[in-house]
Amino acid sequence: MKLKTLSFALLSLLTAALASAKTIELLNVSYDPTRELYVDFNKAFAAHWKAKTGDDLTVKQSHGGSGKQARSVIDGLQADVVTLALSADVDALNAQAKLIPPDWQKRLPENSAPYTSTIVLLVRKGNPKGIKDWSDLAKPGIAVITPNPKTSGGARWNYLAAWGYALKQPGGNEEKAKQFVSAIFKNVPVLDSGARGSTTTFTEREIGDVLITWENEAFLALKAIEHGSDRFEIVVPSLSILAEPTVSVVDKVVKKKGTEAVAKAYLEYLYSDEGQEIAGKNFYRPRNAAVAAKYAGVFPKLQLLTIDADFGGWTKAQKTHFADGGVFDQIYLAK
Amino acid sequence: MNSSSAQRRSSRRVLPGFGLSLGFTLAYLGIIILLPLVATFAKTAGMTWAEFWTAVASPRVIASYEITFGASLLAALFNVPCGVLLAWVLVRYEFPGRRLVDALVDLPFALPTAVAGIALTAIYAKNGWIGHCLEPLGIKVAYTPVGVWVALTFIGLPFVVRTVQPILEELEPELEEAAATLGATRAQTFRRVILPALRPAVVTGFALAFARAVGEYGSVVFISGNRPMHTEITPLLIITKLDQYDYQGATALAVVMLVGSFAILFLIQLMQRQGTRRARA
Repeated sequence: MKLKTLSFALLSLLTAALASAKTIELLNVSYDPTRELYVDFNKAFAAHWKAKTGDDLTVKQSHGGSGKQARSVIDGLQADVVTLALSADVDALNAQAKLIPPDWQKRLPENSAPYTSTIVLLVRKGNPKGIKDWSDLAKPGIAVITPNPKTSGGARWNYLAAWGYALKQPGGNEEKAKQFVSAIFKNVPVLDSGARGSTTTFTEREIGDVLITWENEAFLALKAIEHGSDRFEIVVPSLSILAEPTVSVVDKVVKKKGTEAVAKAYLEYLYSDEGQEIAGKNFYRPRNAAVAAKYAGVFPKLQLLTIDADFGGWTKAQKTHFADGGVFDQIYLAK
Repeated sequence: MNSSSAQRRSSRRVLPGFGLSLGFTLAYLGIIILLPLVATFAKTAGMTWAEFWTAVASPRVIASYEITFGASLLAALFNVPCGVLLAWVLVRYEFPGRRLVDALVDLPFALPTAVAGIALTAIYAKNGWIGHCLEPLGIKVAYTPVGVWVALTFIGLPFVVRTVQPILEELEPELEEAAATLGATRAQTFRRVILPALRPAVVTGFALAFARAVGEYGSVVFISGNRPMHTEITPLLIITKLDQYDYQGATALAVVMLVGSFAILFLIQLMQRQGTRRARA
């Protein structure tokens, strides 16, 4: 009788242990240059989650051009969370497939953008072509590398930063901005589909005099590429754009998989001190003022336009510039 | 001609099971090939003619047809003499390493196309092995239409070699010797004895290489530079349209490519039939 009780107690203990220490798997579908950021962040969050709940967590990552990644999720890739380059791509999850509610952007602080970045210029060491600002990119004989705005979120920020610069010049107007951006794209010899592809073209294939890219990607090129800081340098333009990569839980997927709580906690942790610290270390500008102050020396101060105030929001910018027949298409047809 | 068609019509066959095997063939073709094609056409059926026309005939799309079909044609044409020569060397000569070369020919079949594209780009970029030699001469390969052609030539080569090779193997050297004893020059022997025998295989190889090149995506996007109006191929444009959630536009382009490729392949086969008939007559 005693033995029976003992074994029963043991058995129930075992099942209880099995039931509590689950192994959970999340899939984070992200855009191109966030690989390194999320490798660090996933490790930190898994440790945090283990300490809090005892569960083992593995977060899988998927990276690519932001638009392409959004489409994969719409087409059925089982992403628990998306962390994309711009709100328009996350919004497509609502507009195209109703995977998330329309008010998704209000669910997290700072418009669901836990970190920000901006667009800078990367040139070859010593800046042999003397590139100082956007206006230099439109000059004949300068080869400019940027990805295709149709497929890359980063490239849309690049394009709008250049557009905004032209608009803010004395006497700037839409027509002049269009001519200015046309002149820049005439100087583009290779149009990759994502930001990482363009970085490779510029750094490994040694094509081009200047790469328009994410600030974090430019810093990473200096740090991660062999002799990066001996081969390249960053040029900060007089004006750029505040890029707000946005994140969201994919409601339909987490409800089905039963991962809603952990997925939410995962994104919220991006706003924690540790999450913000990791963002700063990976050259994303932290939102948290205290952490941002710590990294103030790293990030140059410059005038930043915003998508909502200066371009009327993503929906409008998307329609005007990047839709079929939009300004970007007209630039290439005008040749 | 007549006797063979009479045989075809007779109900007695050497192997039994005609009904079953034909039924299986049709069902298999239906599921594997026709069904996806029907789905493609069905997707575009939701568009009006005007929408379809703007999707498939805008200047940027037309430019992509030119580069896709043009580069594919040139690549396949280039592969014809080179492929025949390679097959000839492999069949007619014994040399050390012949088997290795023979196996090498198949590599473009097996290699993931993205790997081929990245490797070719690395070689032909201006700091690559070949690229840095061509750069001072003012020849640019990577990120130009020439690069597209290089990639398509690479993936198309095995098709010509592998279709010509077995025919060459069956073509006995005695035939050439006989021609020589009858007083034919080498050029005459080649033109009037070898070439007619090889012609159907060469045409098939050409058609296969061409068809493969038209549909190629993976290797080309790395080396082409993907500039609209210059080096943007139609398959890339389809992907780009998908990335913008324009599913109908993408399938409309797919339909045009399908119909275009089918028409060209059909034409090639028709020409070959007539050529063979003329040769027999």
